[in-house]
Amino acid sequence: MNLNKERMSARTVSHLKKGEKGIIKSFTDRTMSLKLLEMGCLPGCEVRLDAIAPFGDPICINVGGHYSLSLRLNEAAVIELE
Amino acid sequence: MKQGNIKVALVGNPNAGKSTLFNALTGMRQKTGNFPGVTVEKKSGTFRIASANGHDDSHVTLVDLPGTYSIYPKSRDEVVVMDILANPKHPDFPDVVVIVADASNLQRNLLLFTEINDLGIPSVLALNMLDVAESMNLTVNAVQLAMQLHVPVVRINARTGEGIKSLKEAVKQITERTEKPVLQYFYEPKENEIGLINEVREIHQLDNDYVALQYVCQHDNFSFLEQPVRAKLDALIEKYGFDENNFLANETVARYEKIKPIVSKAVKSEGAIEPPYWTRKLDSILLHRVWGYVTFAIVLLIVFQAIFAWASYPMDMIDAGTAAAIEWVKGALPEGVLNDLLTDGIMAGIGGIIIFIPQIAILFALVAILEESGYMARVMVIMDKLMRRFGLNGRSVVPLISGVACAVPAIMTTRSISSRYERLLTILVTPLMSCSARLPIYAILIAVVVPETKVLGIFNVQGLVLFGLYLLGLLGALGSAWLLSLFIPRKEPSYFMLEMPSYKLPRWGHVGYTMYESVKSFVLEAGKVIMAISIILWVLASYGPGDNMNVAEQQVVASMNAAPQAQIDAAVASARLESSYAGQFGRFIEPVIKPIGYDWKIGIALLASFAAREVFVGTMATIYSISGDTEDVLTVKQRLIQEKNPETGGQMFTPAVCYSLLIFYVFAMMCMSTIAVVYRETHGWKWPMIQLAYLTVLAYVSAFVVYQVLS
Repeated sequence: MNLNKERMSARTVSHLKKGEKGIIKSFTDRTMSLKLLEMGCLPGCEVRLDAIAPFGDPICINVGGHYSLSLRLNEAAVIELE
Repeated sequence: MKQGNIKVALVGNPNAGKSTLFNALTGMRQKTGNFPGVTVEKKSGTFRIASANGHDDSHVTLVDLPGTYSIYPKSRDEVVVMDILANPKHPDFPDVVVIVADASNLQRNLLLFTEINDLGIPSVLALNMLDVAESMNLTVNAVQLAMQLHVPVVRINARTGEGIKSLKEAVKQITERTEKPVLQYFYEPKENEIGLINEVREIHQLDNDYVALQYVCQHDNFSFLEQPVRAKLDALIEKYGFDENNFLANETVARYEKIKPIVSKAVKSEGAIEPPYWTRKLDSILLHRVWGYVTFAIVLLIVFQAIFAWASYPMDMIDAGTAAAIEWVKGALPEGVLNDLLTDGIMAGIGGIIIFIPQIAILFALVAILEESGYMARVMVIMDKLMRRFGLNGRSVVPLISGVACAVPAIMTTRSISSRYERLLTILVTPLMSCSARLPIYAILIAVVVPETKVLGIFNVQGLVLFGLYLLGLLGALGSAWLLSLFIPRKEPSYFMLEMPSYKLPRWGHVGYTMYESVKSFVLEAGKVIMAISIILWVLASYGPGDNMNVAEQQVVASMNAAPQAQIDAAVASARLESSYAGQFGRFIEPVIKPIGYDWKIGIALLASFAAREVFVGTMATIYSISGDTEDVLTVKQRLIQEKNPETGGQMFTPAVCYSLLIFYVFAMMCMSTIAVVYRETHGWKWPMIQLAYLTVLAYVSAFVVYQVLS
């Protein structure tokens, strides 16, 4: 995961606070990005952190106002924000 | 196109309302089975489309395909979708595909639509959940959509049945088309893909570019392609330097670029788009760090109270009714072997089955309500981190909770777990969840050993003990998963990513149907086994090798000539049973089960219940009604309480014996159907045998400890 170290500074969905919004810029993992794309997480789409499960993981994000998606923190860390 | 018999397949995203639409279309004319060659559950049904003249009605066979976000499978059961849609020779290959789309999330739902469309199979788009879209301030223009997508678009409400007629009409019109319209691809192959596509098309005689691309990407999943054919495709991929991952990402992005302008023309939003108010409100409680777990615990407790407390009223009635019926038949028919077989063998066996109908019905209804309402997805979220510690996944919660009903369908639901490793672990530990077949055993033993009192005014102690046994099963499952995860190496990363459906009121008709189906399959499937074993057991317990039984009887009579008649009768019955085939069998295994507190009679029941656990109680009923005094008919519970230990003279079913039996059944894998389904799901004998071995050791050791400590 050298790729990630280099981009440590980039803000990702895993950094969002509850109620905070962000706009998807890109993904750092290829296999995971395909799954996220198929589930409607597109670059340019607005996401909002809605809920955090007990023990802080997984989280629930709202995707473009349309629906609620639950993902683990390591999955959320793949989604970079603008 | 052909008329009369039409094959239609239903596809759509998970939570788009696919199964509701399936029910609305087919009503009660459904059947479940497996897709040919694979173990994925197949739900199919039929409906009729009336013709104008009333003579040439069309008969439609509808097949429900597994819910999926795209045609590229992410889990095992999604593989079946393309295995059918890419193979026109498949018996389920549809004439028309109905794609159900959630109108409140159209952009994402249309991705699957454009993929199916490009395969060249005639399709209809059914726009569902328009009411949800409206509550989110979205208006969808179906006409506009139909014009841009070049397919019929029908507005439906699968829950109320609105638009179903128009949907049927649209399907019919497609089948009546005389010429195939020119296919408008949503994905245009790139320059560097065309050479590969053309070669694949030529080799496999395909008339569609996108199907050719699927041969390239998914041939390892296609059951209709032989190994040499697959190898040839691999060679072609090599030759053209085709990068699959790159292609998939590019294709998906390209599709969304086509979809975006279509959606922005057809969908108008007024104000902010927000999920339904109640979903947001409920999530703030049900996913809360404290309240989330509190509600989950309360929900589970209610389930167990319902199974034990509410179900006891109809069960007592059935119990008394069976006893009365047996007594009546015994008196009405002439005495003899036939009378005994009918009452002690068959009727006692049937009584042992039907008494559990209330509990099974309540259990399945409650599980169905939890799934229908959308709550189950929240449980997966709040349990994921915990499950991960044991090597499992939040999704493992569904098999584990379904395992409370029956391990066989529960193990089949593990197919939605995309990681093979987590799936295997879940399969291995699911049988530890106390299934409904164990409920009869728990119920009868708890009734014998636990007093019927209440604590804190509301909780029935028997209900609490039952809850404890289920909890023990759960802890056993998690503990075993953790232990097994130390020995089985993990080869692939783990995923969670789960859509949270909005909360919905359960469809009561569907809940009722699930309940009816589960009771029916219990009575018919399990009932057959229980009946057969009850009768075999009655024969084995009523006859013995040579003249042994009569000799035993004469010896008892001779030694007890001064005792009262009733006592002699009981002693004779017991001696006869002991010298029967079944008795000798029980005697044979007694040394093994003695250390955990069981005698040869329990040994017979234990062996018989290896076929299926629920046989245990029926067997006990048969054994004790044969050995007991036949003057008055007692319920199984009363017989167990009255049973004397021949060595101590005290009660046979002491707390030590009862708890030892309870613990044994919590852990033991006493179920042939489970072994069979694990064999099928893991493709071999290795895992079911490992599972059988570790569970048997676990059960025996735990029962031994419990018995030795308590006695």
